[in-house]
Amino acid sequence: MTANGTGPDSEGPEQDKAALAGRDRLAEQIKRTGMFGTQTTGDTSGYGGLQVRRPVPLPAQRPYGSYFDAIADALTAALGDPAAGFGDAIERVAVEHGELTFHVRRRRLPDVASKLRDDPALAFELCLGVSGVHYPADTGRELHAVYHLASLRHNRRLRLEVAAPDADPHIPSLAEIYPTCDWHERETWDFFGIIFDGHQALTRIEMPDDWKGHPQRKDYPLGGIPVEYRGATIPPPDERRSYE
Amino acid sequence: MTAHTDHDTVTGDTVNDGTGAEEGRVYTVGGEDWDEVVAAARDVADSDAEHLVVNMGPQHPSTHGVLRLILTLDGETVTELRPVIGYLHTGIEKNMEFRTWTQGTTFCTRMDYLSPLHNEAAYCLAVEKLLGITDQVPDRASIIRVLLMELNRISSHMMAIGTFGMELGATTVFLYGLREREKVLDLFELITGLRMNHAFIRPGGVAQDLPAGALERVREFLAVMPRQLSEIRALFDDNPIYIARTRDIAHLDVTGCMSLGVTGPVLRAAGLPWDLRKSQPYCGYETYDFDVPVRTSADVYGRYIVRMDECDQSLRIIQQCVDRLSGPRPADDPVMIGNAKIGWPARLALGPDGLGNSPDHIAHIMGQSMEALIHHFKLVTEGFRVPAGQAYAAIESPRGELGCHVVSDGGTRPYRVHFRDPSFTNLQAVSVMCEGGMVADVIAAVASIDPVMGGVDR
Repeated sequence: MTANGTGPDSEGPEQDKAALAGRDRLAEQIKRTGMFGTQTTGDTSGYGGLQVRRPVPLPAQRPYGSYFDAIADALTAALGDPAAGFGDAIERVAVEHGELTFHVRRRRLPDVASKLRDDPALAFELCLGVSGVHYPADTGRELHAVYHLASLRHNRRLRLEVAAPDADPHIPSLAEIYPTCDWHERETWDFFGIIFDGHQALTRIEMPDDWKGHPQRKDYPLGGIPVEYRGATIPPPDERRSYE
Repeated sequence: MTAHTDHDTVTGDTVNDGTGAEEGRVYTVGGEDWDEVVAAARDVADSDAEHLVVNMGPQHPSTHGVLRLILTLDGETVTELRPVIGYLHTGIEKNMEFRTWTQGTTFCTRMDYLSPLHNEAAYCLAVEKLLGITDQVPDRASIIRVLLMELNRISSHMMAIGTFGMELGATTVFLYGLREREKVLDLFELITGLRMNHAFIRPGGVAQDLPAGALERVREFLAVMPRQLSEIRALFDDNPIYIARTRDIAHLDVTGCMSLGVTGPVLRAAGLPWDLRKSQPYCGYETYDFDVPVRTSADVYGRYIVRMDECDQSLRIIQQCVDRLSGPRPADDPVMIGNAKIGWPARLALGPDGLGNSPDHIAHIMGQSMEALIHHFKLVTEGFRVPAGQAYAAIESPRGELGCHVVSDGGTRPYRVHFRDPSFTNLQAVSVMCEGGMVADVIAAVASIDPVMGGVDR
């Protein structure tokens, strides 16, 4: 007989759910998941990838400020008829953090880039390469290629952003216009699977030639690759056996 | 005939790779078989029909790490050169997407391991741009950043010139270069606690203030360095062998640099005074007095001279940093941004366990304020949030423009971080520099680019 009156004789399913639950829990076979890795997302932020719905940023309106209007004017003039030229080639203009971004329609990219390079009022001689970004939620425009250009003559900077759908990941190559894009486009192909049409040798550059998948895409997990060393194969951390 | 080092090929055999194409004779060079190789090469020279394909690297002492060069030789002339990279790819950019913004510095500092502080600075400047706090970074933090970056520029150039000397057969310069680099690493160890991979520059400022006695040590360094640099210059500047190996070698003019995206000492040695510290200043570089060294020879020798002159200029900047840091200090002169939502505690004192702690901060969160404790816990485990958007920050690293493109989705981790590493881009130019030249000049050309494979492959 215990002090609170719940002795063995009064024990029943209704009276002592907590004790039953505890017994069930202890009866369960202990599941050990190994020393390494995690079965969850590995997110320690506590938010579990909370998606914040935010309004689509509005395109920047004139005047853009700084030297940005001069670039836009010069590019408009270089592309000819404003409606078929600048209006058709540039989907959106964004100004953020003191940086100008032209979102370029992908079929017009080589045209825009060659004008940016050759027009003396623009003179973006230096391309600083391509950076891919994968936005799986941006349906129809999942893969973005971001180019940073610099004009040494005018001491200006400009960003071009081009989007392509996952189903048709083709973007015209700029390697003919900016030869420095050769390796950068190979890197972006390697990591994101963006196919740069017109590139002379679009092969993997960082990953091994026979690698499957494109590791920097958001649907590609972190880790999970067996380690091979001197003929032995060690499974990735999340698949290693547990030690009982 | 081809000669490469596939382990499964048999010396001197004709190999069929299964595609039906005859690959020619393959020689596996494994050491102590030089006579056979020379005899084979002589056979090829006699037959004057075929080229020799030589696989240089990825394990080769002159390739600055794990760079592989596939050379096609016609006698001593390089007819084709293909660099192969990727042997040191560690997925740093991918890893950074799985850690907080502050933890990002710990990853990116490991990319270009000869200029870790530049990596951190580029990343932090980009994150600060996204946060919109570029103007709020304390002055003292900016001065410390400049001080460390310029020290790092010297250590990086010393390594570049030292290894360069060794690859051309000058071992004394190698020892001198590493000796001077060691002096800088000692300063880093004193200031940041580590010789490499510091993670000292953080978004919003730096990890902690300079320790006591650091400025004296930097002054001692400033006092001895000019003489040490002149020792290296005495060995190289007018050395006829060195000049013969470097002058008019690996020519790349400004047009070539522009089209291939080459920046840094290679571009300045071609005659264009493009230095982001002058043209697009960051961290307050516009307030320092220094020159941009330029040469017009566009060759290996010019790149060497530019690097040596840059060391002199870095010493000037460091002197100005020391002057600013040693002046009378205002009462409130932090090294981390005052915004409590972003700034980590940066007033650290060395504890008995050898770790840096902030006793005042610990007393506050553990003894006085529950809210401060919760806030500290959230800031450290969850990290701060960065508004959605993208930003690009570029700095002048010892090798050229080091750009950092960061994208945020509004969360506590980077959505994407991409580094435009100067080594990666500059290495593309090695084919242009070497093709048509002599095979011995390949070494000089690669060394003059000063690629760091950790930065190339990230």
